[in-house]
Amino acid sequence: MRSQYAIKQLSVFLENRKGRLKELTETLYQAGVNIRALALAESAEFGILRLVVDNPEKARSVLSSAGFTVKEQDVFAVEVEDKPGGFYQVVKILSEADINVDYTYAFVGGGERAVLIFKVPDEDLERAMEILSAGGIKLVEPLFFYGA
Amino acid sequence: MRPNAKDYLSREEFEALQLRRLRETLGRVYHLVPFYREKFDQAGVRPDDLTSLEDLKRFPFTVKQDLRDHYPFGLLAVPMEQVVRIHSSSGTTGKPTVVAYTEHDMRVWTEVMMRTMLMAGVGPGDVVHNAYGYGLFTGGLGFHYGAEALGAAVVPSSVGFTKRQLMLMRDFGATILCCTPSYALHLAEVAQEEGLDPRKDFKLRAGFFGAEPASEGLRRAVAEAWGIKYFEAYGLSEIIGPGVAASCEYGELHIFEDHFYPEIIDPETGEVLPEGQEGELVFTTLTKQALPLIRYRTRDISRLYREPCRCGRTIIRMGRVVGRSDDMLIVSGVNVFPSQVEHVLTKVEGLTPNYVIVVDKKGVLDVLEVWVEVDERIFTGDLGTLENLKHKLEEELANHLFLRARVKLVEPKTLERSMGKAKRVIDRRELEEKLGR
Ligand SMILES: [Zn+2]
Repeated sequence: MRSQYAIKQLSVFLENRKGRLKELTETLYQAGVNIRALALAESAEFGILRLVVDNPEKARSVLSSAGFTVKEQDVFAVEVEDKPGGFYQVVKILSEADINVDYTYAFVGGGERAVLIFKVPDEDLERAMEILSAGGIKLVEPLFFYGA
Repeated sequence: MRPNAKDYLSREEFEALQLRRLRETLGRVYHLVPFYREKFDQAGVRPDDLTSLEDLKRFPFTVKQDLRDHYPFGLLAVPMEQVVRIHSSSGTTGKPTVVAYTEHDMRVWTEVMMRTMLMAGVGPGDVVHNAYGYGLFTGGLGFHYGAEALGAAVVPSSVGFTKRQLMLMRDFGATILCCTPSYALHLAEVAQEEGLDPRKDFKLRAGFFGAEPASEGLRRAVAEAWGIKYFEAYGLSEIIGPGVAASCEYGELHIFEDHFYPEIIDPETGEVLPEGQEGELVFTTLTKQALPLIRYRTRDISRLYREPCRCGRTIIRMGRVVGRSDDMLIVSGVNVFPSQVEHVLTKVEGLTPNYVIVVDKKGVLDVLEVWVEVDERIFTGDLGTLENLKHKLEEELANHLFLRARVKLVEPKTLERSMGKAKRVIDRRELEEKLGR
């Protein structure tokens, strides 16, 4: 399932320094890369920006050349109804299977469906996709992010 | 007599021997080398003033610049007819330094190199692959003579042509490797690229590594890559070349003190420090004829230990060289060397990231910061891992430096961007003093 549903997420190390986020987004903009979803994790001194973009290879290469430290990781996305309990359903299935969620964030697309991105430990990724799929949760194919 | 019998003398025997040789050397340089006569006269000391080893502290130091100032032969204590060998360092800053040997000096050098290599029991049947540079540099020929005198077969391969070196090491069945630690690691990496297993496809059992500072991580990496025992060879060409000190099977560095008398001094005040304290290593040659040196300042920071070693040798030990006195920083009264910081980084991460040490003043207090670049080798994409790394580094730095240091994780190139060029230490206290004036 990994080959079919895994989505390439880029994590970028950022010092909490003025203007750094602007430089990053500017680099992507100039390369014509579209940011489809993002989340920022921060400590007092530094942060990690997580990105799902329409062209991960290109984004990675332009960010690296611009001096950013980038790590590529596999995540997956699910589509749930945009109403109470949609998120809970997913987390419940994972938790019952003893799979830890490293973090999760949302793709803001509009409409009555919500798309959520999940990062789980890499060794659990395959299993997480399988049990969610078996539990009737709809996994989102990468094309949804890359193609648009 | 075994060549290393002197490694086992009693303290009293060492001291009697040293005192006799020291008096003889001081007398000789005073009468034969105008430079020393002037310096002794200026300091108001005469060779006869030395009645105990402690009296040596009254005599003036010699520094590298003195060798340069008397280029090429101004410090020789013998006529040119007695010189049988001349080596020279490349002069990256100013004039080169020249060292000369008489036939007697060559015998001393060979003896200490034999004692170095006896640490690994080198002898007939061993094939010594010597990849130190042959030529003006003392490394190559120093090991060459020692190994040959022990009856081993020497392969004088010198430096370069790495793939050919590996072929010879394999075909000739090298058992001992002599080279710089970084080259030893490079050899192992190239062997792997060639599809060879350094641990299985070679017969190496030990190596003698030196001529450059090596972190604990590098030593371990060399020993593990080849599956061999790591022996350190310490020396400097001004004193004799390699062969000033060598590590035993327990990794303890023994100084051949019957030939080279060591002292540890405070690099700032020049005062002799008590045994076990950290300071600058100073050597007086006890047996050298052509170029005796009195209280030569090595700039290397180390310690001395006189109690007998686990290996049974009674000869004095020195600690690992932790830095150079030229690089020493004093932070809140504590001596800090960039190499100590590097040691911690290597130990914690298993690799040496780019880093810079920043010393600043907050009010009256000195503040030490270590900025570490988060590059792709370190970055896992996980925030918690980075926070753990930061805390682990701070903890280890505190343990090693006896001082609190704040670790700051920074983006690559930040260091170059803010400092202009690759610099390991930024002392902002100096800057403030200058601006304040
Ligand atoms: Zn020992």
